[in-house]
Amino acid sequence: MATINPPKPKRRALSTGQWLMVLFLLVFTLVYMVPFFGAIITSFRTMDDMSLNGFWSLPREITISNYVEAIQRSGVTGFLGNSFIITLPALTGTIFLSSLSAYALARHRFAGNKFIYFMYVAGTMLPFQILLLPVFMLSNNLCLQEAYELGQFVLNIPFVDAKVCLYNSYLGVIMIHIAFQMGFCTFVLRNFMRSIPGEIMDAARIDGANEFGIYWRIVMPLTLPGIAAVSTLEFTWIFNDYIWALILLSDGSKFPVTQGLSNLQGQFTTNWPLITAGALVATLPTLIVFFALQRYFIGGLTLGGVK
Amino acid sequence: MAIAGNRKINKQKTNRTPYYFIIGPLLIYFVWIIGPVFYTFYLSMTDWDGISPTAEFIGIENFQKLFGSIGKVLPSAFEYSLYNNLLWLFVFITVPTAIGLGLAILLNQGLPGERMFKVGIFLPQVLSFAVIALIWAWVYNPRAGILNSALLALGWPADNLPGWLADKELAIWSIIFAASWRQIGYIMILYVAGLKNVPPTLIEAAEVDGATPWQRFWRITFPLLAPVTTIVIVISVIDSLRAFDLVQIMTRGGPANSTSVLANLMYIQSFNNYKFGLGAATAVVLFSISLVFIIIYLWRVMQDELEY
Repeated sequence: MATINPPKPKRRALSTGQWLMVLFLLVFTLVYMVPFFGAIITSFRTMDDMSLNGFWSLPREITISNYVEAIQRSGVTGFLGNSFIITLPALTGTIFLSSLSAYALARHRFAGNKFIYFMYVAGTMLPFQILLLPVFMLSNNLCLQEAYELGQFVLNIPFVDAKVCLYNSYLGVIMIHIAFQMGFCTFVLRNFMRSIPGEIMDAARIDGANEFGIYWRIVMPLTLPGIAAVSTLEFTWIFNDYIWALILLSDGSKFPVTQGLSNLQGQFTTNWPLITAGALVATLPTLIVFFALQRYFIGGLTLGGVK
Repeated sequence: MAIAGNRKINKQKTNRTPYYFIIGPLLIYFVWIIGPVFYTFYLSMTDWDGISPTAEFIGIENFQKLFGSIGKVLPSAFEYSLYNNLLWLFVFITVPTAIGLGLAILLNQGLPGERMFKVGIFLPQVLSFAVIALIWAWVYNPRAGILNSALLALGWPADNLPGWLADKELAIWSIIFAASWRQIGYIMILYVAGLKNVPPTLIEAAEVDGATPWQRFWRITFPLLAPVTTIVIVISVIDSLRAFDLVQIMTRGGPANSTSVLANLMYIQSFNNYKFGLGAATAVVLFSISLVFIIIYLWRVMQDELEY
């Protein structure tokens, strides 16, 4: 469908109807954001004040001690670090591997092209539940034990006895994120790469560039806007994951921040100012990414959702 | 996204190169995604407990157990879960879709402050479910929470405040409401993008012909948005079936299973009760519901392919 972008009309004086719409949107948005602003306000108050006077009372006291305590006592910074340890490699891996298949799917004709493409497309809509148990089992069974035993035998080095498996390792979580997100990334990047004019690649081919060179030096730089869009989205999706870390990690010191937070609630059950402070600290990275890269973020959503 | 209509895809005589690009990612995809899908089907027909070295093949016994538990005097966890998933699905394809579309239309008129409104409504989409669960648990807190202290301030009798998440009837609605709060911004953005493809000249022509705004919407805008609506519905269905985090963190399926969804049920069956076979069967039930919509989505994408 042809996109028609008319020149934006100069803003005229608003009619009464339009003023009403603006007013409605203003009230709607403000009410919509009450839970979010409410959490911010709560995080600066004390629980005593609120249990006594209710949330909607004027604060008797404003304090940053909840943040200090959340950072010092709840370990939220450590959990945030773990989230990055998982998210950054997973994101890089997803983008790299997806761009490889996207390039082949977009620019080459070969047997199975469409089939593989549709397989990735179908994967974007898969409910994770259908993968949960086998991936859990896989992570328990992909172990380095054999390698360790071999090392012990050949080099006579006293290795640790414990089986080293994907289970309870960052790598296990990273791998499922890469695999699970590959469908969406391949889908978006493949369609993006198809819009690059073929002549550029033909010219490079005539100049003697090999296929990997064409992919890396020509197609990838031209795909950067698409990569930026999927990366911002994927960053938040992987960073916000809860289920895979819950299934694949057992060691509390490795938990990402989503899981750390849910434990926070158990730890400080009724101290809501502390819990909301922790939650807001935890959400800071994704908020920063969103506000800094808003254009790409929203662009990515529409790239994947509606063509 | 506009795709230049070039049919020219590189033709090479011995074309082994694409396979070098494909093979690595495809291997990972098969081991972690495709294989597990089939393996879950196999597991669902066994009585495996997750620990024993062997499992017995028991056919459709797990499914009989699940569906046989429906309609008893005391609803089973499966009955609650299935019902809640379907309720979630139904709410998701109607409420956020309608509100998202309404907002998108309002935000497509070039009104002042448009961008601010969009960002505000979209913001929850950026928060993790874990954070949303905590924020809304505080909103719903029966004593000092944001909602009940507002009700109190408005004169609601203090001894009769709703329990929200603690109330067997209200809890699932409360959770779905929080989930919709996150969903609406996403739907709105999809429709905002879709509306950009509705040529204003068509609307203007209809206006000249004397069509009312209502007619213009139902006769022109809405039919032209049909492709977006398909995607929105597929996304809403899949998101409603993926529901897990909110329930897990806010209520763990309680009170008395009343907020359980299939994802939580299978988690409990497998990792708390060591019934991997039954858990897999629950996952298969959920997958079967989603399959219809995965096929609709695939069909849509295939149609796009045929255009080129």
